[in-house]
Amino acid sequence: MTGPMITFTFDGKTYQAQEGDTLAAALLRSGIGLVGRSFKYHRPRGIMTAGVEEPNALVTVGEGGRTEPNTRATDVFVYEGLVATSQNRWPSLSFDIGAMLGLAAPIFSAGFYYKTFFGSAKRWMFYEYFIRKAAGLGNAPVEADPDRFSHRSAFCDVLVVGAGPAGLQAALDAAESGKRVILAEQDNILGPSLIRDPQDLDSAWIETAAARIRAKGGRILLRTTASGYWEHDLVTLSQRLCEPGQKPAKGIAQRLWHVRASEVILATGSIERPLAFAHNDRPGVMLSQAVRTYVQRYGVVPGKRVVIATNNDDAYRTAHALKAAGADIVAILDARPSPTGANGGFPVFNQALPVSVKGARHCLKQVSADVGGVTKVWQADLLAVSGGFTPTVHLHMQAGGTLEWDDAAQAFVPAMSRQNVTTIGGAVRPDPIFPVKPISNPKKSFVDFQNDVTLADVDLAWAEGYRSVEHLKRYTTLGMATDQGKLSNMAALGRLAEKQGVAIPGAGLTTFRPPYTPVTMGLLAGAGAKDAGAHVRRLALYDVHAAKRPIWQPLGYWFRPRAYPVGGETLAQTALREAKAVRTGVGMTDVSTLAKFEISGPDSAALLEIICATSVSKLAVGRGRYTFMLREDGFVFDDGTVWRLAENRYLLTGSTGGADRMAAHISYVRQYLCPHLRVSAVNVQEHYAGIAVAGPKAKSVMAALMGEEPPRHMSTVPAKIGGADVLILAASYSGERAFEIYADAAHAAAVWAACEAEVTAQGGCLYGLEAMEFLRIEKGHLVVGGEIDGRMTPHDLALGKMLNKAGGYIGASGLSRPALSAPNRRQLIGLEAISGTIAEGAMLITEHGGAPLGHVTAAAFRVIEGGSIALGQLEGGFDRTGEELIATSPTRGQTARVRVVAPHFYDAAGERYRD
Amino acid sequence: MMQITCPHCGPRAQAEFVYERTVDSVVTLDAAPKEAMETLFTRTNARGEDAEIWRHTFGCRAWLVMTRHRVTNDITAIRAIGPEALP
Repeated sequence: MTGPMITFTFDGKTYQAQEGDTLAAALLRSGIGLVGRSFKYHRPRGIMTAGVEEPNALVTVGEGGRTEPNTRATDVFVYEGLVATSQNRWPSLSFDIGAMLGLAAPIFSAGFYYKTFFGSAKRWMFYEYFIRKAAGLGNAPVEADPDRFSHRSAFCDVLVVGAGPAGLQAALDAAESGKRVILAEQDNILGPSLIRDPQDLDSAWIETAAARIRAKGGRILLRTTASGYWEHDLVTLSQRLCEPGQKPAKGIAQRLWHVRASEVILATGSIERPLAFAHNDRPGVMLSQAVRTYVQRYGVVPGKRVVIATNNDDAYRTAHALKAAGADIVAILDARPSPTGANGGFPVFNQALPVSVKGARHCLKQVSADVGGVTKVWQADLLAVSGGFTPTVHLHMQAGGTLEWDDAAQAFVPAMSRQNVTTIGGAVRPDPIFPVKPISNPKKSFVDFQNDVTLADVDLAWAEGYRSVEHLKRYTTLGMATDQGKLSNMAALGRLAEKQGVAIPGAGLTTFRPPYTPVTMGLLAGAGAKDAGAHVRRLALYDVHAAKRPIWQPLGYWFRPRAYPVGGETLAQTALREAKAVRTGVGMTDVSTLAKFEISGPDSAALLEIICATSVSKLAVGRGRYTFMLREDGFVFDDGTVWRLAENRYLLTGSTGGADRMAAHISYVRQYLCPHLRVSAVNVQEHYAGIAVAGPKAKSVMAALMGEEPPRHMSTVPAKIGGADVLILAASYSGERAFEIYADAAHAAAVWAACEAEVTAQGGCLYGLEAMEFLRIEKGHLVVGGEIDGRMTPHDLALGKMLNKAGGYIGASGLSRPALSAPNRRQLIGLEAISGTIAEGAMLITEHGGAPLGHVTAAAFRVIEGGSIALGQLEGGFDRTGEELIATSPTRGQTARVRVVAPHFYDAAGERYRD
Repeated sequence: MMQITCPHCGPRAQAEFVYERTVDSVVTLDAAPKEAMETLFTRTNARGEDAEIWRHTFGCRAWLVMTRHRVTNDITAIRAIGPEALP
């Protein structure tokens, strides 16, 4: 232990560590006992373990975007310049105001939240701020992570998890028998337990084994945790390429492996259990094997005067290691009734259990124990405890396996494996122990250290009727911290079983869920973070729009121009100007993103009459009509238009956001439900770019562009514009005479240029989505996601008359249920403001404090006359015309008095479509 | 994540596939309202094997019917929906 010294800081002070130290080892080396404050009671906490199960020594490591909160000091290796900060304390670790909460601990017992705030939302609102501030862990970083996280897939014949002696040997055997091997070890060295407990297998054996595995093409991954076992022998490994908070050498901080293995071998060992006694959470109380690890691996002796408490033989090795390192073993408290063998010359007391400890904030001073009914007290600065061993069966259980009870070890060991997985080594044969029951004050005897759950909390949950282990867990939050109860679950189970009067196996187990140890969000996101988190799809006319610097609006995974501001116009001013241009002259907009399907073949009409709830078969060639589609339960899920282009060829349009859903729906009908139909359905959403020209002058614009009379409303003709072949659909969303021009996306720019020139020449302008919203709301046209929200039937939307009387469409059965045409359902209505401005999303009530009767789905202003109007859903709305209501939105702080009107504010008779 | 052997493409990760529905939740076009609603909403989800409809969306895009055990995820049969579905 004479490696080079490196420096790090803890709470701003600089310390020295030896190369290879974990942060915990380095802190102990520097004599630091107090490392953190507990979650709920702010109790002083030190270092309890030497592994990933550490519940107490949680620190924030790193700075800026590399900050990693809640890092176990036992699971980060010190590097030059490491910055660690303690958590959950204010103003400082040693003087923490929050520790006052500890004095109020009796109040914060199990079920505190349920009891205190049941029935009084206002009290909760008041207290929440303080409680959220007081109880907690580290703060999440606010800056973006500068590093990369990669994902990699791999396949192998044998995946070995854990590079202890059993795992290394298994990997070696598999490699030498010609199998492709991956060996994953969460530590940064192979065989860490062989350093803790030197055997005849020494470091030379480890090196030889590793070299032979690599020579056979095996892959050995250090700092790599098998965090999840999924279906069909897929294991996810989270690999650290640098330590938490460290700048990675090659830019990649961590890698997530998806390993599909033919066979998985788990050599995951076991985790030592603490004992329950009063103040067992104090700095200076450590697990026995952890103490031994610090002595043997790091050359750090965590105490000078040591008491050891145990119910098994293993702790005696700790005594020998400590003695060899110069520490004084003042007592070994052995719970077993009589000596079990050589006592090694140590002062051993049988039938002895620790009852309580005393100490200062930073250290331990005194241990008292019950020795055969007599209380004895020792002065000591370290108490090493061993309550037995819990096999690490997490992955075995995630794979769907079962456990059986090993009575000698008082532990659950793997039984039946569900997938192709075998557990070997210490996890199968934990050391035998002598079962003990806690005898100390349960109020200060912690079982879940990280979540501050005591034996008294378990008792309270029992007394209040929580019998099942699943209820106990949720009521007390036991095992629900980031350590997932690695140390606590068995202690709590023991207590529960005792209360139930059954053996531990009878008390049941909670589910083991991935990840085994916490993984960072960045690792899961991988390269799919920031802009790469979702697709962004560009319109064929993206460059044309971008040159005009519009305000963009995300729509599905598309971006569409929301408005084209001129000069210093605001969004609202722009939208109103654009909408007025459409109402009084002419405007044009890009509608390329609409869902579009070309349906052809002799059974086209039959397919459409299954998908659409309206009649299609009577549609003449060259004509189109509005249509809508139902789910099987009878509710509307999309709407659009259908056009008959030729005898057996149709174009079906739908909403932008529903395009993928509609594609899947059509595919399902064609492939599965009605495979006998002679029809093809091609998704042409991106194939055609679309331009809408709308307004009283739209017809003259189209006539100039086409060189002939444009089609009448709801008719379609092919034409040539800007030198390109186009399809013209005379349809209107704005309420004005309007045309949609569809062109091959490759020729869209030329068509757009021709249209824009003519529209501009006739005094018109471009309009964006915001103006389109104004226009369609005023006209009372629907939008999927707004009025069509998945809860509305055709009747609710006043579309019942359009339903295909012959039936046979999807949803016809569901819609025939009487409740779906009940008169008191929420129905589509219009609203106009009597006073105030109507807010989108506002609820509709008859009086303040009353129950909501509906809500506002979309709000706008009358384009020409002004005035706040809206569309909404209202219970029994069809029969409430003229009624006055209140539309209030607490989140927007906006309330208006409104009158219920028909959902058409503009040209209800459709006069403007007529030539 | 399961490994699904597409009859066209071979063994692939589940991420390439999209689950559609179980075969016993298929509502036929001529189903009476009561029957249709029972098919949709009151299925047993019994412990045991389930015939499920999947799509190989990020592969060959075929529609598949596979038999999967609801507890163990063992896949014992898989077939593409093809011409044999025609009358």
